Amino acid sequence: MEFKSVKEILTAIKNKHISVVELTTSYLNKIMQHDDELNCFITMTEEFALNKAKEIDKEIAKKKFRELAGLPIAQKDIFCTKGVKTSCGSKMLDNFISPYDATVIEKLNDAGTIMLGKTNMDEFAMGSSNETSFYGPVKNPWDTEYVPGGSSGGSASAVAARISPCSTGTDTGGSIRQPASLCGICGLKPTYGRVSRFGMIAFASSLDQAGLFTTDALDAAILLKEISGHDEKDSTSSSVEVPDYHAYCLDDVKPNYTIGIPEEFTKDLNEDVKKVFYDSVKTLEKMGCKIKTVNLKYTGLGVSAYQVVAPAECSSNLSRFDGVRFGHRSGHASNLEDLYRESRSEGFGKEVKRRILVGTYALSAGYYDAYYLKAQKVRNLIANDFRNAFNKVDLIIGPTTPDKAFKIGEKMNDPIAMYLSDVYTVSTNLAGLPAMSIPMGFKDNMPLGLQIIGKHFDEKNILKLSYLYQKETEWHKKEPGK
Amino acid sequence: MWETVIGLEIHVQLSTESKLFSSASTDFGAEQNTQASVIDLAMPGVLPVLNKNAVDMAIKFGLAVDAKIARKSIFARKNYFYPDLPKGYQISQYELPIVYDGKLEINVDGSSKCVGITRAHLEEDAGKSIHDLYEDESAIDLNRAGTPLIEIVSEPDMRSAEEAVTYLKKIHSIVRSLGISDGNMQEGSFRCDANVSLRKPGDEFGIRAEIKNINSFKFVESAINYEVIRQQELLETGEPVVQETRLYDPKKDETRPMRSKEEANDYRYFPDPDLLPVEISEKKIDEIKLTLPELPDAKKNRYKKDYGLKDDDAEILSLNSDLSDFFEGSMKDTKSEAQMVSNFILSELVGLCNKHNMDISNVAIKPSNVSQLMNYVSEGKISSKQAKDILNDLWAGSSNIDDIIKSKNIEQVSDADILSKEAQKILEKHPKEVQDYKNGKIKLMGFFVGQIMKEMKGKANPKILNQILNKLLGEL
Repeated sequence: MEFKSVKEILTAIKNKHISVVELTTSYLNKIMQHDDELNCFITMTEEFALNKAKEIDKEIAKKKFRELAGLPIAQKDIFCTKGVKTSCGSKMLDNFISPYDATVIEKLNDAGTIMLGKTNMDEFAMGSSNETSFYGPVKNPWDTEYVPGGSSGGSASAVAARISPCSTGTDTGGSIRQPASLCGICGLKPTYGRVSRFGMIAFASSLDQAGLFTTDALDAAILLKEISGHDEKDSTSSSVEVPDYHAYCLDDVKPNYTIGIPEEFTKDLNEDVKKVFYDSVKTLEKMGCKIKTVNLKYTGLGVSAYQVVAPAECSSNLSRFDGVRFGHRSGHASNLEDLYRESRSEGFGKEVKRRILVGTYALSAGYYDAYYLKAQKVRNLIANDFRNAFNKVDLIIGPTTPDKAFKIGEKMNDPIAMYLSDVYTVSTNLAGLPAMSIPMGFKDNMPLGLQIIGKHFDEKNILKLSYLYQKETEWHKKEPGK
Repeated sequence: MWETVIGLEIHVQLSTESKLFSSASTDFGAEQNTQASVIDLAMPGVLPVLNKNAVDMAIKFGLAVDAKIARKSIFARKNYFYPDLPKGYQISQYELPIVYDGKLEINVDGSSKCVGITRAHLEEDAGKSIHDLYEDESAIDLNRAGTPLIEIVSEPDMRSAEEAVTYLKKIHSIVRSLGISDGNMQEGSFRCDANVSLRKPGDEFGIRAEIKNINSFKFVESAINYEVIRQQELLETGEPVVQETRLYDPKKDETRPMRSKEEANDYRYFPDPDLLPVEISEKKIDEIKLTLPELPDAKKNRYKKDYGLKDDDAEILSLNSDLSDFFEGSMKDTKSEAQMVSNFILSELVGLCNKHNMDISNVAIKPSNVSQLMNYVSEGKISSKQAKDILNDLWAGSSNIDDIIKSKNIEQVSDADILSKEAQKILEKHPKEVQDYKNGKIKLMGFFVGQIMKEMKGKANPKILNQILNKLLGEL
């Protein structure tokens, strides 16, 4: 049996058209079949999955239905999973079995989902191509010579290849939206604070946010409700009420959205991407949306500010990986300083080291004001830009990425070019806003994403616009190889 | 002549039940690493959640030293690597501390002075590295990691070791009175760093040395005094004082360099993005104000006013809540003069404590014992000398005062009839001395008292005996 969406799966299980064990087994088989080539998974959790599937089947037999009963899901290997290896894509944590579950994992487990495995990612979520992973690059299922994007590359590629119906990701500067765009699926980064960060291995604490990959917007709406809400273990999580996103998408109220297109997101586009983007704008106009040009004049500084704030926070967040209590410990250390130096030199990859160095420098005495403080000021300016724009429009759109996926190896030796693939996504992290990438077309048979940015905690309107757009278009139904 | 300039940084462990950012217990002395949660171990992905009780305690301290309470303060990360610092950074406060701009009055040699308190901020303690447990390896105990501290930073307002110790004792007394710390110096709940420099009076501040982690009042005094002499010798021979961190070694009574300014860490402070700013409302501060107990200065004034104690005694008692609790307990059922009770506690009981190196809160002798002894002295049942002896017996393990008196047969004779008879006997036995006395040799009074005491084995009440002898000799 083939399923097109999370919603179809949940219905099939509820109507007992398929048992959870059968369904789980079929997805595990698909992964076995395709993952040698795609490299989406770092760890498979078959035993865990089948045991949980049996448990859910028993519950269903007793007419107990959890919200997401029996839904298979792939978890990004950045989320701590009790009793299961949690590597964060790094040699440093290759031997790390987490003693506890992240809040997101706990919530999804409680909702009845079945974890299939832990997905590949850029090391410590630092990368835009999934090439910095200790476990090797993930391939883009549309063309395996291409990157899937990053850092949540494994999660995105798995959903695009339909070897998992949905997956979790994290987004610090675009790590959900960029791979969603390059893999032709939906990727949702909620508002900062909407989803608990507890148990999500920190990269840049003030920017990190957990989110989701699905094939359509309604699926994201269903899942978002389950992972959102205040968590007393995360002081930065918000207690703003969690709406029923799914019901909101489906209700009869027809919104007349005014949508802003920032000049800054379109002026440097290449012709192919521009054409695909403006085709989707036409669709939106046909749907009754009003289009307005807006300005986000400081977003041009977004990547620069991001490349100070994120490394600064990461340099401190990654200090705990010292070889003392867990993780990689060098066998060649004879004193304390050696233990630190060797363990960290051996355990971290090149990109992680680069960012720790940059961040350490940016926080150093004498440079703090010039870099970190200044970047924080830019951050405020960018947030202000968005605030002003949202006085005039309901939602903001643009292409998620400047271009389609690039080839594996193409940008590995040019970090600046790599960082610029986040140029349209980082600003929303800096401003803490929710945003989503949905498929909007193709360039040379490779998918492109449309980014929809909303006001703080206004995920419901992002989802509704996406849902309405997907009623008019077929892009999200395209599957690689078909 | 050189002027000594001292500023103190005091670390006070707060007596919250759980840690500053985790729910693990803060009890002292548990088995190693049993009181460290995933948060204290800095497992990947964990986040800190602020303990609100610690915030309330810091506010209490701020109010007690007349300081400002920041309506908004922020936590910052102090980054450095050390095995007993699991996260690789300490969560502390840097730019906006919760308490700032306070002051404390201290009394030294009868004159009072004000010491400024620059700031007091909340921070977490580190764990402990243990280097003598295994031969080739160091061990780490993270039970203490994450325990809440307030660091109290003074202005460089003190001018002698004596002033510094007085200030330190007063802060100690305040945190104990407030109930925000047990102040236990042996267990490290109360420890201090001293910044010491010298200058010619009127000059700019000199270059300072920071003496780290001193954990007794006595060591603070010795360390500062050593440092003053060391710096003075340097300056007088034209050598520069180096800005550095030094350690005090109580065994050798000297300070030694630990690291110089060049080797000092760049802590790369920045606001901790995992924690929201701490916002404190006026209402909250008012609520906490209402819960403040009597502070040492107020207590001192009450002792002077209500009990008529001498200034010195009132000061000493009020600065040590164990002592003042003991004193007030002893005053409960007493008919005796407060000053007499205070004298007895401060000289006899404290003397015994010092001799045996014990704390008054841990001794077997109870306030009710002192109260009973003092009543017997007031009634003339025993002499003050005998009260002292009985106190020694109590210290040695006896528990009932009346039994001691009986077994020693030392109950004082105050009965006028008995004393008159004994006096009469002695006077009759020594007619020559009586004659001499009457001729003006009044010193002989002592001789008569001595003879009677000898006869009565020292049990005569001297006061009454004196009165009787005066009367009898006058009649002769």
